[in-house]
Amino acid sequence: MSAPLLSMRTIRKSFGSVHALTDGNLELKRGEIHALCGGNGAGKSTILGILMGFTRPDGGDIQIEGQPVRFANAHQALTAGIAIVQQELSGVPQLSVAENIFLGAAPRRHGFVDFPTLNRHAEDLLARLGFDIDPRAMLGSLSVASQQLVEIAKALSRQDADILIFDEPTSALGERDTQRLFDVLRDLAAAGKGIIYVTHRLAEIFTIADTFTVFKDGATVATGRVADIHRERLIEHMIGGTIDGEYVKDNVPGTDPRLQLRALSRAPWFSKVDLTLHAGEILGIYGLVGSGRSQLLDTIYGLETPDEGDILVGGMPQRPGSVGAALRAGISYVTEDRARSGLVLCASVGANLSLSKVRFIQRLGFIDEAAEKAGILASIQRMGIKTPSPDQIVSNLSGGNQQKVVFGRCTAVAPKVLLLDEPTRGVDVGAKKEIYRFISEFAADGGAVLMVSSELEEIIGMSDRVLVLKQGRTVAEFPRDETTQKALMMAAV
Amino acid sequence: MSGTTPIAKPTFSLQKYGIVLAFLGLCALVSLVCQIKVMQGVWPVNVFLTLNNLMLILHQISVNGVLAVGMTFVVISAGIDLSVGSVLAFSGMVAASFATRYTGVTVWSDTYMVLAPVTAALLGGALCGAVNGWIISRFRIQAFIATLGMLLAARGMTMAVTGGNPISALSPDFRWFGTGRLFGVVPVPVIILILVFAVAWVILNKTVFGRYVYAVGGNEKSARTSGINTRAVLMWVYVLAGFLSGLAGIILTAKTGSAQTAAGTSYELDAIAAVVIGGASLAGGVGRLTGTFFGALIIGVMNNGLDILGVESFYQLIIKGALIVIAVIIDSRRMSP
Ligand SMILES: Nc1ncnc2c1ncn2[C@@H]1O[C@H](COP(=O)(O)OP(=O)(O)OP(=O)(O)O)[C@@H](O)[C@H]1O
Ligand SMILES: [Mg+2]
Repeated sequence: MSAPLLSMRTIRKSFGSVHALTDGNLELKRGEIHALCGGNGAGKSTILGILMGFTRPDGGDIQIEGQPVRFANAHQALTAGIAIVQQELSGVPQLSVAENIFLGAAPRRHGFVDFPTLNRHAEDLLARLGFDIDPRAMLGSLSVASQQLVEIAKALSRQDADILIFDEPTSALGERDTQRLFDVLRDLAAAGKGIIYVTHRLAEIFTIADTFTVFKDGATVATGRVADIHRERLIEHMIGGTIDGEYVKDNVPGTDPRLQLRALSRAPWFSKVDLTLHAGEILGIYGLVGSGRSQLLDTIYGLETPDEGDILVGGMPQRPGSVGAALRAGISYVTEDRARSGLVLCASVGANLSLSKVRFIQRLGFIDEAAEKAGILASIQRMGIKTPSPDQIVSNLSGGNQQKVVFGRCTAVAPKVLLLDEPTRGVDVGAKKEIYRFISEFAADGGAVLMVSSELEEIIGMSDRVLVLKQGRTVAEFPRDETTQKALMMAAV
Repeated sequence: MSGTTPIAKPTFSLQKYGIVLAFLGLCALVSLVCQIKVMQGVWPVNVFLTLNNLMLILHQISVNGVLAVGMTFVVISAGIDLSVGSVLAFSGMVAASFATRYTGVTVWSDTYMVLAPVTAALLGGALCGAVNGWIISRFRIQAFIATLGMLLAARGMTMAVTGGNPISALSPDFRWFGTGRLFGVVPVPVIILILVFAVAWVILNKTVFGRYVYAVGGNEKSARTSGINTRAVLMWVYVLAGFLSGLAGIILTAKTGSAQTAAGTSYELDAIAAVVIGGASLAGGVGRLTGTFFGALIIGVMNNGLDILGVESFYQLIIKGALIVIAVIIDSRRMSP
């Protein structure tokens, strides 16, 4: 029997006092799609970073087709035929989509970048993948989902790559794009490539993967064929226990309107949106990428100014375009892109958690440090954030734990209305349930929740009502007992 | 939620105190060289290690130190202020025109000879800073460009005040700010320097405003979604830098006894150097005032030590240039894993 395509054995890595990997093992064969599973902070991204040469391991061996390798940087890994889609968006926002896809590999003429050819190549690639993106658009102007598609296209543009790694590529993608990605992955596997796939959406593992490895606290605890394992057993490996039922929902919607939008419009994103969100209600918003969901939330929160229409909070008209006013009215917003608009990455976990709150715990401009510290520790406990200390720099946390920090910051101010945009992006099954529990309790206590999500199950599992947004207009509304995956998708496309 | 979170004990970190060690190492080196001179019989005493010399060093860094405090806020907010030297000169000129009997703008009373120039200089500095802040926050102009404009404009205004002439023969009461000594030992500029650092440290570390400065510099967009009025924060940061430039202008003018149109030329570079040696990142979001303090001290000790040892000024420049770059290299290596 020939050697596996990739074999990583007893990989170790510590960051100071944090043991990210103690015994990481991973084996990948040609033609297989291998799911890498594990809770937040289990060490998945770390082992992939070690393979790619981003991070230097403390010990262990890596072999490709039986040959020992050790890459010092990503360029070497790429040259050896490994391509990666990283968990956090890593493109250059100021460059075009085409330039990002072929970054470092752009076609040249007479030493200059040949833009017509570049754009044509990008256009062909995107069309072949079925991704609906303009190659000339500036990356930073795109939604998170589209940026994620660009990163995927970039990895897939490396035709010489034998090993393709996807670290949570679908965390912001909708159903349709996910299906397209899966089709591509199946083709690649059929062509004899090896694929490593990380996701917290369990359904995806059973749809796409052939084999799996589970990491827990930095060590490999299980590996095998997906066909041989049940969902419950997989979860048990991941979190060391069982969970019954993924969603928690105990709230009963009231009749007291908390947030009302009247003919709210902002060109070119959405127009004439009317909605009423009641106390105790969880209102889901579903729509495809580009349907204006995130822009709607941005506008309600005052990050953008509407062209026309009114926003009322608790019956009082809201000053448009003022975040301060929104915050004072009790609105809090978990944005979609934690790295770009949710966190101050170079600051500590504690500073991030209390950033929205400090204004409420001050005397004459001085922060009440005892109150701050207590609040931070409470948030860390409540959200189950895995960090060695509140002073840890937030960018050193795993992706899912960073998401919990955003959630913790937004909920620390005791809001009345929560705007959530993909609130569980990158969060593991156990923690997801805790976030759902939090949302449910928040609503049960009279809070109002407006939740955007691309994950159909999540929308259906949590919402009392679902509004479907299509090209900036509300096209359908379903009460809880009438929301089905099919109905939502039909209305959205 | 799931699992408990162990809280690590804070450990002594070499990184955090690296700057202090560097400072002590530099002092040790300079005193060692001086001591050798004593042992060789060239010098009667170790001139570096005297109280007088310590005061001299602090006196020498007082102007740069005050500028560097403002610069620390600016750099943490992910900006830069190139205009501090020019604003210093302008404020100094404004102060001098109120502190002398020969420009005719002053009221003929000794109290006013102090109050009027100080108030006018601080206001003038703060105003220049407000213009910087307004342009940067309102029009989203890069700080480098906006303050480069102010660097030229304020220098022009300095000359305009007197048509290009210096002002001297300042009131002795006003000159106390530069030449006075408390208890006959501690120079007044040193007292001012220490007060400025203390107050600024409290603002940066204990107030909501200080927290917002870090957040705006670290990620302006996230700061905004967290409910911070980022424009107002930036505005106040530059007002503070301008205000402190005004204060530095008062000290320098009072110290030298005259306001020169070329005063403070390229002082912004020393201020930036102190901040950067102190560990702040020009990318924003990172920096400490204690670091800046030691950064300013290191520059001061180096200037002083090299002077005492009689090193030519052009070699001093080369050494200083090398030091800044080395400090930043060490700092950036420390950051990467
Ligand atoms: N540069 C770093 N400095 C300190 N700790 C780090 C660093 N990078 C990762 N860690 C820690 O290592 C552990 C593993 O992180 P990793 O990112 O590999 O988790 P993950 O399995 O990818 O989790 P997630 O599902 O949340 O993305 C975490 O506890 C994280 O906080
Ligand atoms: Mg990860």
